[in-house]
Amino acid sequence: MKFFEFFSFTDPNIRYVVVGSILMTVCSAVVGCFTFLRKRALIGDAVAHSVLPGVCLSFLLTGEKNPFILLIGAFITGGLSIFLVEYITTKTKLKEDSAIGIVLSVFFGIGILLLTAIQHGGNANQSGLDSFLFGKAASILPEDLYSFGLVGIILLIGVFFFFKEFTLISFDRNFAEAIGLPVKILEFMLTSITVLAVVTGIQAVGVVLMAAMLITPAAAARYWTHNLTIMMLVAAMMGAVSGIFGAYISYLAPSMPTGPWIVMVISMIAIVSFAFAPVKGVFARLRKQIKNQKQITDENILKLFFQLGEKDQDFFTARSITSLLERRSMRKDLLKNGLARLTDQGFLSKTKDHWKFTEAGKVKGQRVARLHRLWELYLTQYLQLAPDHVHDDAETIEHIITPELEAKILEQLKYPEVDPHDTKIPYKDF
Amino acid sequence: MSSFWIILTGALVAVTCSLLGCYLILRRMAMVGDAISHAVLPGIVLAFLISGSRQTIPMLLGAGILGILTTFLIEFLHKKARLQEDASIGVTFTWLFALGVILISVFANKVDIDQECVLYGEIAYVPLNVWITDTGTNLGPQAIWIMGSILVLVLIMIFTSYKELLVTTFDPSYAAAIGFSTALWHYILMSMVSLATVASFESVGAILVVAFLIVPAATAYLLTDRFELMLVLAAVFGILSSVLGYLLASQIDGSIAGAMATMTGLIFVLAFIFSPRYGILRKKNEADKTGMIIEESKV
Repeated sequence: MKFFEFFSFTDPNIRYVVVGSILMTVCSAVVGCFTFLRKRALIGDAVAHSVLPGVCLSFLLTGEKNPFILLIGAFITGGLSIFLVEYITTKTKLKEDSAIGIVLSVFFGIGILLLTAIQHGGNANQSGLDSFLFGKAASILPEDLYSFGLVGIILLIGVFFFFKEFTLISFDRNFAEAIGLPVKILEFMLTSITVLAVVTGIQAVGVVLMAAMLITPAAAARYWTHNLTIMMLVAAMMGAVSGIFGAYISYLAPSMPTGPWIVMVISMIAIVSFAFAPVKGVFARLRKQIKNQKQITDENILKLFFQLGEKDQDFFTARSITSLLERRSMRKDLLKNGLARLTDQGFLSKTKDHWKFTEAGKVKGQRVARLHRLWELYLTQYLQLAPDHVHDDAETIEHIITPELEAKILEQLKYPEVDPHDTKIPYKDF
Repeated sequence: MSSFWIILTGALVAVTCSLLGCYLILRRMAMVGDAISHAVLPGIVLAFLISGSRQTIPMLLGAGILGILTTFLIEFLHKKARLQEDASIGVTFTWLFALGVILISVFANKVDIDQECVLYGEIAYVPLNVWITDTGTNLGPQAIWIMGSILVLVLIMIFTSYKELLVTTFDPSYAAAIGFSTALWHYILMSMVSLATVASFESVGAILVVAFLIVPAATAYLLTDRFELMLVLAAVFGILSSVLGYLLASQIDGSIAGAMATMTGLIFVLAFIFSPRYGILRKKNEADKTGMIIEESKV
């Protein structure tokens, strides 16, 4: 029942929380795509941790928890952290990862020191500052929503209008510079937008896990598409889903911390993407690998039948596994599987424990042998390689050459008779 | 007396972590150390749930397993799923840390760890948790013994395998050529980092341990080019930060661990500015000198 209560959105509090969570997660997911592509994912982590001392300092200076004032403090120290990481990296022999680690841990240490000092200081106003640590999506108030909504909208508008420029500096900074874009200003803008996104998102997931809201949706979305616009939309959607879910969890169980649940959901989405995304996912890639492996085995077996046929001057002799292995060493189980597959596909026919070519099988075996020999000849003629150095390369390329490429090679070599080892190159009308 | 115990704990944590940090920095794995320190959290909680108490051995075991798992996951995402390295680090540790915090909240009534403790530890309580033997002898705070043992382990590792660690750090391909397994030493080092992290966990928390892992080692790196000296300096800076940090915390009544991290930062800033060889002042002087020489040669 709680499910309908929540998802009917009749309760205004639920509306605030849901809108707030979506806004925060979407903003960071969109900006995260740029930081991801610029390979600066962990900078977001440094910014997130560095926001804490800024928040504490603005509270110490003003004595109140006005979200705008806290935001300004957060923005200043967050921005400072990016500057410092770059400064340390350029001025010393320390590498970027060390610089990030230094800035992150020291700023966070200062933040914790200030936060605990404020807590022990007895200012009654301070309660709730610590929600910056783990996020508080569940207790978003209308006034929070206005300030963060404004920041979020500024941010999204900025990304919308400078989409092309940001994309260019993310992918090819040198090119952007060469065509005369103001790269420094654009980078500064992108950095400011990143800081803004972090400062907003922190309200939802907290300092420690903010990095996930920048990195994880972008990383997951990257597995589904090559197009940056689509990647951004996908990342934003994934972010939104995790935001809604986080809000729902904290509605069901108020004692649950919202931030970690949001991160948990987005991480699950990412893990599923890494594993199952078509083309780029681990399983898709594995399947492709196995398919290629099978194709190579099959073609090698057909080539083997053809070579044995050449030797015996008879292409249609039935051959046993042992006689095949005498000519070419292969793993026996792979050979058996390959033979079974080829028989199924009609390239070989089987009688008892012997296999022999069919007409189609001979044509295919002949083609593989031809490609091998053509490539060997090509390498010796055009790359001046010694004839005893070309076999291994031909062994690989024979499975890859397309009919179009074959025609081109034939033309260039002027339909040669023999390969570098003086073996005849077999043609179709052989 | 309790101040002494707190400073001693801080110093033990600092020395252990800074020594390991020297290797992390040179291997460009500072952020992997950061990731491990976050990611051991679910291991600690699970060990707590299974053993039913805050016993040391299960916790070290749980965290050690999680630490290796983290290293493995980062490598897997990077190599097999072809995710870029910074993103694989980021995705892995945030996910595991989130899992840890969720586990803490779900089993809040069974697990005696609170979220704030995760972030900055409870070093102030170290002196309260003493180790009393069956015969009733008071051996001092438990944390001292645990941290001390880990430090001894780290020292043994460094002294017995100094050459292996050095070569695999500076020149992995040469190491492989003379028969040292880089992967093995990588995992050994990462397990030590996990152990150090989890042992420091109760006193300084999962995040601030990063300050001790990275900052003193980085400071030492700015001051010397000799690795032995770097190890010694890092340890000295670690101890110095814990003493000064304690003083600072008692001045402004804030988190001791936070103050210690702040002090590591302060010492780093000093080295960054004044380091005789790599400080920015020195560089500025050199630039001025070169400028003067150029001016003179023009005259």
